[in-house]
Amino acid sequence: MSDINTQTKDIIDIQATSSLREMTTMFFRNYAAVAGLILLITILLFVFVGPLVHTTDPFEMVWAPFTMPMQEGFILGTDYLGRDILSAMMAGGQVSLAIGLAAALVSIIIGVSVGAFAGYYGGLVEELLMRFTEFFQVLPTLLFSMVIVALFGASLLTVTLAIGVVSWTAVARVTRSEFLRIREMEYVAAARSGSARDLYLIFKVILPNALPPIVVQANLMVGSAILFEAALSFLGLSDPNVMSWGQVIGSNRPYILDAGFAVAIPGFAIFLTVLAISLVGDGLNDALNPKLRQR
Amino acid sequence: MSDPLLAVSDLVVDFKTRAGNARVLDHISLSVNEGEILGIVGESGCGKSMTALSIMGLIPDPPGKITSGSIKLSGQELVGMGVDDLCKIRGKDIGMIFQEPMTSLNPVFTVGEQIAESVRLHEGASAKAAHARAVDMLEAVEIPEAATRAHAYPYQLSGGMRQRVMIAMALACRPRVLIADEPTTALDTTVQAQIFDLLQNLQDEMGTAIIMITHDMGAIAELADNVAVMYAGSIVEMGKVDNVLSHPDHTYTKGLIACVPHLSTSPGPVRERLMEIEGVVPALTDLGKGCAFAPRCNAVLPRCSSDKPELIATQENHLAACWAAEAEMAE
Amino acid sequence: MSDRDIALTVKNLKVHFGGKKSIFGRKSNTVHAVDGVCFEVPAGTTFGIVGESGSGKSTTALAIMRLVHITHGEVTLRDTVLSALEGETLRDARSRFQIVFQDPYSSLNPRMRAGALVREPLDLMNIGTPQEREAKVAELFRQVGLRPEQRVLFPHQFSGGQRQRLGLARALSTRPELVVCDEPVSALDVAIQAQILNLMGDLQKKLGLTYLFISHDLGVVQHICDTVAVMYLGQIVEVADRVSLFTNPRHPYTKALLGAVPSVYGNKRDRRNRVRLQGDPPSPINLPKGCRFASRCPVAEQQCKEAPPMLETHSDGHKVACFLSDRDLSQ
Repeated sequence: MSDINTQTKDIIDIQATSSLREMTTMFFRNYAAVAGLILLITILLFVFVGPLVHTTDPFEMVWAPFTMPMQEGFILGTDYLGRDILSAMMAGGQVSLAIGLAAALVSIIIGVSVGAFAGYYGGLVEELLMRFTEFFQVLPTLLFSMVIVALFGASLLTVTLAIGVVSWTAVARVTRSEFLRIREMEYVAAARSGSARDLYLIFKVILPNALPPIVVQANLMVGSAILFEAALSFLGLSDPNVMSWGQVIGSNRPYILDAGFAVAIPGFAIFLTVLAISLVGDGLNDALNPKLRQR
Repeated sequence: MSDPLLAVSDLVVDFKTRAGNARVLDHISLSVNEGEILGIVGESGCGKSMTALSIMGLIPDPPGKITSGSIKLSGQELVGMGVDDLCKIRGKDIGMIFQEPMTSLNPVFTVGEQIAESVRLHEGASAKAAHARAVDMLEAVEIPEAATRAHAYPYQLSGGMRQRVMIAMALACRPRVLIADEPTTALDTTVQAQIFDLLQNLQDEMGTAIIMITHDMGAIAELADNVAVMYAGSIVEMGKVDNVLSHPDHTYTKGLIACVPHLSTSPGPVRERLMEIEGVVPALTDLGKGCAFAPRCNAVLPRCSSDKPELIATQENHLAACWAAEAEMAE
Repeated sequence: MSDRDIALTVKNLKVHFGGKKSIFGRKSNTVHAVDGVCFEVPAGTTFGIVGESGSGKSTTALAIMRLVHITHGEVTLRDTVLSALEGETLRDARSRFQIVFQDPYSSLNPRMRAGALVREPLDLMNIGTPQEREAKVAELFRQVGLRPEQRVLFPHQFSGGQRQRLGLARALSTRPELVVCDEPVSALDVAIQAQILNLMGDLQKKLGLTYLFISHDLGVVQHICDTVAVMYLGQIVEVADRVSLFTNPRHPYTKALLGAVPSVYGNKRDRRNRVRLQGDPPSPINLPKGCRFASRCPVAEQQCKEAPPMLETHSDGHKVACFLSDRDLSQ
């Protein structure tokens, strides 16, 4: 084995670079993604740190209704009840983002479980699970979530669950297709001949390798959940005691012709947030793709 | 020697990579005459396929670039030619067959349509004439029931049949040069033998010059007239096949022949260890100034690590770029 | 051979795919991937299986590894009937037989570090204490020619040859009695092939390993195997010891296969004088009732098409499945 020295010389120079570091490098090379990330951080700071600086209660009527932005000391003006929109944006943002994250989490958990078992076991299990998925897929999502909220009452929990329950099918499909591909890889057979059990193969071997597209899907899911929540609030199907961006739009909707800004500002906030999340998701997609990384 | 059909001289191709500039082809010179088969061998990453792509004008740019040198097809310069002119030559005067016949064929068109398409494109033949030519070509590559098979889609054919279709497509416009990049690597041994016979027969009939790229020394021995051995972007040895294989001068060529377990019809009872070429192919981005093979060479001389050897005639019709060979000759 | 210690016995192994109905009543075709394979592997030797794609050689390997469903037959390792094991008893027995795969790029989990990959079978089977496992991994790295410091690297930071060394180290981690090698060098460059083949030979001598070696490369099989079986369409057509099989092949398919391999010592004229097989193997879905090779066989007679020949032992120790095995092919 005289070749060891020459063989390893070039390898040993390379430090054990973690794939995480490579991913970070790849991500930060993508300017759009970095811009998205900066935007997202700004929004998070505004929403969570902002209330510490700007302490006006979002539900308190502080001035005359429909005060234009930048007048009378109200940076974003006041709404139809004379409440401070800046405070509403901060408080509402917390709720919108929280619902977005929680709903995405719900749909990931359901979607990944269904997709993983369907993809791994195949056969009858797959057929039953995928028919089940298709059943949810063909339901008109907004209508279905409205039915859920209408039935169980409008609280943060039901809204979150309603959004999660109607949007997991895309995750299930992505997960299943990844599992179908990866389960045929030789390293899965290698792990099985190393006497791995089914659950080890599913969660320790296949799932980590299937993660990149799922992470990206999850990211987009947060954005779409925020939009979904806005849509439900707009239709009046959300907790009236909790401020959210969608609710600000919904409650100011009748006065859109007189005071468009009260609708436009939260609308713009949603637009920026979804944009930021999509840009980050896109960057993640590239960073998690090892083929692009090796370039 | 009169003017060769295809002459590559002093070709240099660089690729920009993150790790720096990689010289994938370093002053390559080779030529093929009509009716000749030139074999190019080497390990992966030695520049075999890059040579083929350069001749086809298919170097991805960026990151690749032909830095200097010339490629002449019967005297006509191809380097620096416009894309439109190059397209006319590609497929018409120079044909190419790839390694993987499944991914090189378009799955949504029948094989007959695909062959006819290229005939129409290059010769402006009518649809009917082009189809007739497609059937003729399928017959020429010995596909049974060619008229029926012309209506088959690629997935309906076996690997060997698909490679025949690829050859039919490449030869449909009667190119003067055919480049075959590992044409049988994806095929079974018995089918490989059929494809080799086919290439040989077609060449006898049409007089096409063939550049055959492979890693299989056996295939070179049984098919090629001349051979060029490549290593790390350079040609290290070149000459008549019989001579290069029986009397190799470069240590790399010697190693390449000796490290493969050759099939013998009378194997000895004792298994011998194979000769090993130590180490791996170096990264093209950090080649030293000496001979690129020096770190793996078992006959290395002091000057090997400082000076890069040039190709010199070591025997009749036989060139090698190796200081050890040169020293031996001087003795 | 009968008085020797037999490590692996395979009796009438059959693996059929498909043929099941889906819940909507579509019935798929049955593929007879392996159809009645029998052989024995003496301990400490290498048993080779050669064949072209679709011959069922890899499926045989996977069936012995219990990685595909065995339709029929018996696989016995020493005194354990592997084919009868299920669930936890099968998991426990897995430490006794391990596999090395063909593709060094897809057979190592890209998310695990090299050390963890080699240790994984030990972890999963709970062999030894964590400290013992770490020490064992370091020893294995040294045995296959890697450095223990490289344990922290990810698979993509190794070259192809080094990855195959990792695969070998992983397979050897549980001290298996049988190592199944499924085309372990086919994806490697020729120079690296020699390194791995030599390493496998060295390890066999040192550790007394028994190999089942699957390959399509006759040169490699001739080099490393003690006994060789030739498979065609799911069945063994000829088995003999290494020297005898290559000096005196009896089955027409074996002869044709040997003749199809291009040789470095050959030349253009040699190639033209060889027996050529026509066509491709029939599909393993609709099998002929007679000899499976009859449709391509140059000497087939009426009887070959009527009933399948059995694998019979001849005076020179060859087992051949051919009615006409005594006849000379060149006539």
